[in-house]
Amino acid sequence: MIEVKSLTVRFAGVTPIDEMSVVFPGGTCGLIGPNGAGKTTFFNVLSGFVRPAAGSISAFGENLLRMADYRRARWGLRRTFQTEMAIEKLSVYDNVAMIHEHSGAKRASRRADVLGAIDFVGLEAPPKAKVGGLGARERRLVEVARAVVGSPRVVLLDEPAAGLPDEQTFQLGQMIQKIPEQFGALVILVDHDMSLVSACCETTAVLDFGKLIASGPTVEVLRNEHVIRAYLGTEEVL
Amino acid sequence: MGTGNGPAAGASWSFIDGGTLRQLGIASAFLGVVLLVVPSTLGSDWVTTLTSVAIYSVVAAGLGILYGRVGMISLGQIALLAIGTWVATRLSYATALPFPVLLLVTGAITCVVGVLIGLPALRLSGLYLALITLMAAGAVTIVFKAIDFPNGGGGFTGRTALVDLSGLEPVRRPALALGDTAYYRYAVIVSALMFLLALAHTASKPGRAWASIRESEPAALAAGVNVTVYKMWAFALASFMTGVAGCLLAAQIGQPTATSIQTQDSITLLATVMIGGIYSLWGAVVAGAFFQLVPFIFQAQWGISPNFLLIIFGVGLLQVLLTAPGGLVQQLPKDLANLGRLVVKGVRKVAGGGKRST
Repeated sequence: MIEVKSLTVRFAGVTPIDEMSVVFPGGTCGLIGPNGAGKTTFFNVLSGFVRPAAGSISAFGENLLRMADYRRARWGLRRTFQTEMAIEKLSVYDNVAMIHEHSGAKRASRRADVLGAIDFVGLEAPPKAKVGGLGARERRLVEVARAVVGSPRVVLLDEPAAGLPDEQTFQLGQMIQKIPEQFGALVILVDHDMSLVSACCETTAVLDFGKLIASGPTVEVLRNEHVIRAYLGTEEVL
Repeated sequence: MGTGNGPAAGASWSFIDGGTLRQLGIASAFLGVVLLVVPSTLGSDWVTTLTSVAIYSVVAAGLGILYGRVGMISLGQIALLAIGTWVATRLSYATALPFPVLLLVTGAITCVVGVLIGLPALRLSGLYLALITLMAAGAVTIVFKAIDFPNGGGGFTGRTALVDLSGLEPVRRPALALGDTAYYRYAVIVSALMFLLALAHTASKPGRAWASIRESEPAALAAGVNVTVYKMWAFALASFMTGVAGCLLAAQIGQPTATSIQTQDSITLLATVMIGGIYSLWGAVVAGAFFQLVPFIFQAQWGISPNFLLIIFGVGLLQVLLTAPGGLVQQLPKDLANLGRLVVKGVRKVAGGGKRST
């Protein structure tokens, strides 16, 4: 469980996150909102790249904000980025293995864990293939494999389906849904694709201009009139 | 990939496949030729030049790690080489350390100096880092102009005011490699060991961490990489290698002076490393050759001013930047393969044409 209390982030004159209080109970949680709502900023606070002006974040009882950025991965925080960040010069195996190396997981289990993560995301490319030679979908899968390897506790996925066609998005959604059960991690999914969020996430939180406007079971949140007005614009999106 | 994953991946545990074995074969054959064939077929001036090629290829490999692996441009590598040479010269006169120990101690001291220069630079990147290291190189040049190289005297600078230096001992060479040819072999072997050290890093945990930093620092942090530590590690490794090269150079020159090493050559070194191939250790060998062998061929063999080389380096650099970011070591095999295909095609065409006409 992640508990966010009165989180506020200010950049010179702008408040991308304003008094945000929300609970991500577990499983796969959605985080949606229009462009500039503060979703990625929230991820950056969790990663330690952005220091909040006020507020607290407690993740599984630990104060996440007090940890150095690079130590959070060892603690169990994983994330993907909007722009794909798999390392082109390394093989698929090395891409995933390097996360394992810094996760504090046992060396003896590295090979099994890495191949297990590659297997889980269903990547057809051989583990020794260089990522630079892979297509967009395969690179996204490598990123997800990087995010689930080495006993993650929290997996942040920032628009993992960006640029993928509908059918591949559907498959990706099915796989994301299995992460909490398979790896025991809490998943927070940011995406613009409402079908992906409603298919994957039991609970969803909605940000608008840095303020939390709704949170709860996804079905109810997507019916909430504030949400429809602020984000969806029309009731027929689904 | 499901069930197919198990046995297939099991066979390639650390991915030692045909490619790796071929690389190993090529490297051994190359080393064999360089150690055995070259000194017995070429003259002494060639052997001396090729010693310099080996030494500078180690410096190039250090720069290759900094820029090619981590993405940090340092324009102070030749200045570091000068520091290594100075330290080795000073230690050679002040102590009776055996040469291999001298190599290690010089490497260690240069490593500390390199890290100290790199320390404030860790927060900078790209152009700013290049500028800072270039300025540090300038400062080193000025210091060496002022104190010059040790020549057997006392004190920190180790200089005597003697005008006649003919009686002075040069920096000592290893006992088993006093002659130029033996020293050439010694330098090649030490350089090969430095390459192995670099390879041991790039092929393991630090290499993967560096690759992730090069791709994106935020992503590396999110992956749990302590970016500061790994950047410093790269600086330390490159400086150590450069220091060892400096020690080799000191013993090769014998009595190095402030004019033996031009610190502004760092820029030329960067150009040659990029032409050779920044991502590959082979590229460092090519860079060493471009840096030392080509000027020798131009000047001593053909009588052309080596200044023309700057133009060639410029053109070469442009070509690399525009068409072949992997450098010559990546481009040449491709070009040769294309040429081979063209020749085969041409031969087939001629043969086919011949048939039709009969």
